[in-house]
Amino acid sequence: MRDVEDDVVAQFDVRLRRCLDAAGVPISALPGFAEDVRELVALYRGMVRTRQFDAKAIALQRTGRLGTYASSLGQEAVAVGAASAMQPDDVLLPSFREHGAQLWRGVSMLELLLYWGGDERGSRFHETRQDFPVCVPVGSHAPHAAGVALALKLRGEGRAALCIYGDGATSKGDVDEALNVAGVWLLPAVFLISNNQWAISVPRARQSAAETLAQKGIAAGLPCIQVDGNDVIAMRDTVGRALQRARAGAGASVVEALTYRLGDHTTADDASRYRKDAEVSPHWAEEPIARLRAYLAKVGAWHREDEERLLIEIGAEVETAASVYLATPPQPVESMFDFTYAALPAALIEQRSAAVSEAGTPEARHG
Amino acid sequence: MAEINLVQAINLALAHAMTDDPSVLVLGEDVGLDGGVFRATDGLFARFGAQRVFDTPLSEALIAGMSIGLAAQGFRPVAEIQFTGFVYPTIDQMANHASRLRTRTRGRLTCPMVLRSPCGGGIHAPEHHSESPEAMFAHIPGLRVVIPSSPARAYGLLLAAIRDPDPVVFLEPSRLYRATHETVADDGEALPLDRSFVLREGGDVTLIAWGAMVQEALAAAEELEASGIDAEVIDVATLKPLDTATILASVCRTGRCVIAHEAPLTGGFGGEIAARIVERGLVSLLAPVERVAGYDTVMPLPRLEQYYLPNATRIVAAARRARAYA
Repeated sequence: MRDVEDDVVAQFDVRLRRCLDAAGVPISALPGFAEDVRELVALYRGMVRTRQFDAKAIALQRTGRLGTYASSLGQEAVAVGAASAMQPDDVLLPSFREHGAQLWRGVSMLELLLYWGGDERGSRFHETRQDFPVCVPVGSHAPHAAGVALALKLRGEGRAALCIYGDGATSKGDVDEALNVAGVWLLPAVFLISNNQWAISVPRARQSAAETLAQKGIAAGLPCIQVDGNDVIAMRDTVGRALQRARAGAGASVVEALTYRLGDHTTADDASRYRKDAEVSPHWAEEPIARLRAYLAKVGAWHREDEERLLIEIGAEVETAASVYLATPPQPVESMFDFTYAALPAALIEQRSAAVSEAGTPEARHG
Repeated sequence: MAEINLVQAINLALAHAMTDDPSVLVLGEDVGLDGGVFRATDGLFARFGAQRVFDTPLSEALIAGMSIGLAAQGFRPVAEIQFTGFVYPTIDQMANHASRLRTRTRGRLTCPMVLRSPCGGGIHAPEHHSESPEAMFAHIPGLRVVIPSSPARAYGLLLAAIRDPDPVVFLEPSRLYRATHETVADDGEALPLDRSFVLREGGDVTLIAWGAMVQEALAAAEELEASGIDAEVIDVATLKPLDTATILASVCRTGRCVIAHEAPLTGGFGGEIAARIVERGLVSLLAPVERVAGYDTVMPLPRLEQYYLPNATRIVAAARRARAYA
């Protein structure tokens, strides 16, 4: 392929950012915000909240009271670290495993349960009104992030869009198209790959021959970096710098967070069909919550009582959300028509009446 | 007031909408300095600048997807897909996102965008430039699908599409871009997006068409008149939502109808119209519903396209069959 006399015309490198090792010991100078332990406790709380919610959602699904649910077990630092780096008026475009980011941004547990329980009102978001809903078709929201970022840039608002997707999504053309335009137009966007090593049953090594997924941004002219996605301090720092760069008008970047999917793909998946416990178990030693707790304990900022108090507080929040969710009646049948268009076209009025009347029959009610 | 053709009418409507509303943006491939390969966006870049008119990279899925992001942020993007065969990558974005953003978020985020694309054959274009994908889009709940057939209707319908609070797929018959001229007042008057247009009244048979086939239906009506058959011609214009009332009122009066479209017969939108006529107007029918459509073949290259495309002759023959049916 290559002759020695050929000129090198471009060279790239991809760096990895880490702050804490798996045992919670600092391996590099911590970023400024980490000097304030209250900031770190907030991140810890955000991750525990995510995991508690996750456990409840799975329990509800296993008992037939929630639909198919995508667990974020082990990936809490990616979502919470990234969201904590956002300004409230930045725009989040999540995939379907970033519950931690949505919760941090103000989406309520009730809304998440409604969504995963099959109720569109879960994406209405009483807070964080401009954030996009969950995106199920993998990677198809990356172009939306480019559009949102263009809108923010046109208005000169100094805001940024954060788009999160998985390792599998980096194989999709939508993502490449979005990175490409973000590069050419210097769009205020950050594309965050939550690389959990598995796209359902396909491991990272079978997804791409690229050494890193971050480097896929290099072809689009974007700065690219890897970060330890189980290190919430490094996550917040790295995504924060990328967002700051975007808001300042210097353009988009790609962040690849290295994490691990400790659970099944979704509650409808059985990961034991394609990966062994021996592959999964070692990754428990790297999980993000124990890591930060170890650090906080070492610096004297977290004690057993703090942990107990936090678990009780969040447990109560989760149980309240679940109770309200379970007591929420379904939407009226006509709601499926009423949001299809701004105003119901004449052609749909008849179908709407038919659906309402059909749903009203005793047969349908007692189904 | 000069007479203009259909592509000039599109240009006029775009300029009018951009002048009226600073949130209207134009994006697509070569829509800037070049003014679009058909010149639909000619002069817009010079007039409105690089903050309103965007030459995108060559990425159709992105063009649709980025428009969704812009629309959710309160802009009104008008995206151009350069040639009709390149529209298919946008179907994912239109079906999975544009059409359902409002309902998924229960009205929190909306998608007031227009996806413009030329459509149809008859201009001796290369492969993949002459397709008729309207039924694919018309199948998607939450979209509007509009196909103009004259400069004046192109102007009024495009203004309506841009002002509509929901996504509109606006397909422009490339064969009509420069075929006819008419006087179009640049008065900013939009046409309704839920109405079909009766272009010619007649009591013997109803000819139903859209896009370039409207011109063929009008020519067929002339020919039928010469032999004493009085044809009514309806330009459907908006396929979704369909104005069933106008079609039914006509067919119930004439008892006979021919539906003409360029797209292949099977699964074509003519089938939907025929079904509605049969469901609601069966007792008024004096003859089976006739469909004149493209064949269930791949759109041929230019040397054979004239044999594929439905024309006035085939419409006349179908109308005579309907007329002769006992």
